[in-house]
Amino acid sequence: MFYHVGVSGADLQPDSFEELAMPLFDQLYNFARWLTQNREEAEDLVQETYAKALKGFSSFRLGTNFRAWMYRILRNTFLTSRKGLKVTTTVALDAEEEGSEVAVERDTPETLLFERSNRELLQAAIDELPVYFREILLLCEVEEMSYQEIAETLSVPIGTVMSRLSRARASLSDRLRPQLQQGSGAPAIAKGTNHGL
Amino acid sequence: MVCESWKEKLDSYVDGEVSEKEMRAFDAHLRSCPSCSADALTRAQMKRAIQVAGKRFTPTVEFRKRVQQSIAPKPQRSFRLGWMLAAAAAAVILVVGTFTSAYLGTRSGRDHVFSEIADLHVATLASSSPVDVISTDRHTVKPWFQGKIPFAFNLPELQNSEFSLLGGRMTYLDQTPGAHLIYDVRKHHISVFVFQERSLPARIEENTFSPKKMPFNMETWSQGGLRYFVIGDASPADIDSLAKLFRAAS
Repeated sequence: MFYHVGVSGADLQPDSFEELAMPLFDQLYNFARWLTQNREEAEDLVQETYAKALKGFSSFRLGTNFRAWMYRILRNTFLTSRKGLKVTTTVALDAEEEGSEVAVERDTPETLLFERSNRELLQAAIDELPVYFREILLLCEVEEMSYQEIAETLSVPIGTVMSRLSRARASLSDRLRPQLQQGSGAPAIAKGTNHGL
Repeated sequence: MVCESWKEKLDSYVDGEVSEKEMRAFDAHLRSCPSCSADALTRAQMKRAIQVAGKRFTPTVEFRKRVQQSIAPKPQRSFRLGWMLAAAAAAVILVVGTFTSAYLGTRSGRDHVFSEIADLHVATLASSSPVDVISTDRHTVKPWFQGKIPFAFNLPELQNSEFSLLGGRMTYLDQTPGAHLIYDVRKHHISVFVFQERSLPARIEENTFSPKKMPFNMETWSQGGLRYFVIGDASPADIDSLAKLFRAAS
């Protein structure tokens, strides 16, 4: 058979999903790989995300943010997966919902890091971050999402986005500091700072 | 600390999340405050470093293909597509029908042929089984016509083109048997009809024809005693490309 003539209630063209979703493929995969830290799991996650999104496409309201919608599906799929549950139960996000103080001052290991172009060191440090910090940093810096988009993706208020982002950045700096101290011996990085964590 | 309130907002500033007014105030402050400007620079550099480091993984071509195939609308499984196609075809039949009856009085034999071709194209696509030989392989489709039509013709090689062969069927135009092939290009279906020139009811002079009052693009030419028609709702460029492939193959 070539075509079946049947009746369907859905009114969105299936090919418009493909047109919207495929341009996001590379970045969704990158994000999935950062979340799962495993190639096979990342592929499964992306595959499942696309299947779920296609299935739920009729519930997606045109005119709203498709990218945030896709990321939300991917993230929720990850968080409810076995691995996702495992990594999230070990993370406490206490105090942030009250809008705890943001990092007030930063040291300069980042500058050194940047100058040395030590990309792998930075990647390793991001990998070590708790998943909630890792994802928000990636959404903000790599996906260049606005706070509003991040809020939509993570289903949290903008205030939480700001405080969590700040804590994520501070946490990353903390992780980088000892390694950079080891490698560079630069005096500038010994400055003690309260990161509000 | 005098800079406390500025520092608190430094992230928002670097992330471009402050209003235009705040942005200007910030710029002014940074020019006068080495501490804050150094801090802002550091944060911006870190942002950039994470951005570069964060673009780390690339999916394989095979994986992309696999997902794309899994979400692409599949004609053989898509009830929805079939239904939409039938609805679209019905609408087209209405339009063509209206056009046909309006011009019935003045229509020449040539126009009659074009209308017939358009009708055949639409009616076939609206059918639940548009093709009798289902194959993407020209070496399967071509022999299928043997003994069914009183002539032979060549099918083009489609590798490295955007077209794909969906199949073929026998057709009749004013009691003249011919071949009807259906191709797909970017979800549009294009029909190619082949008849013997001498059996056609009207002489067709033009080699190309763009029906102004029909919702289709069409191209027709004669080659080796055969008359070819390429018709569909695809763009004129697509119709022309497919026609060229046929010309080259014949």
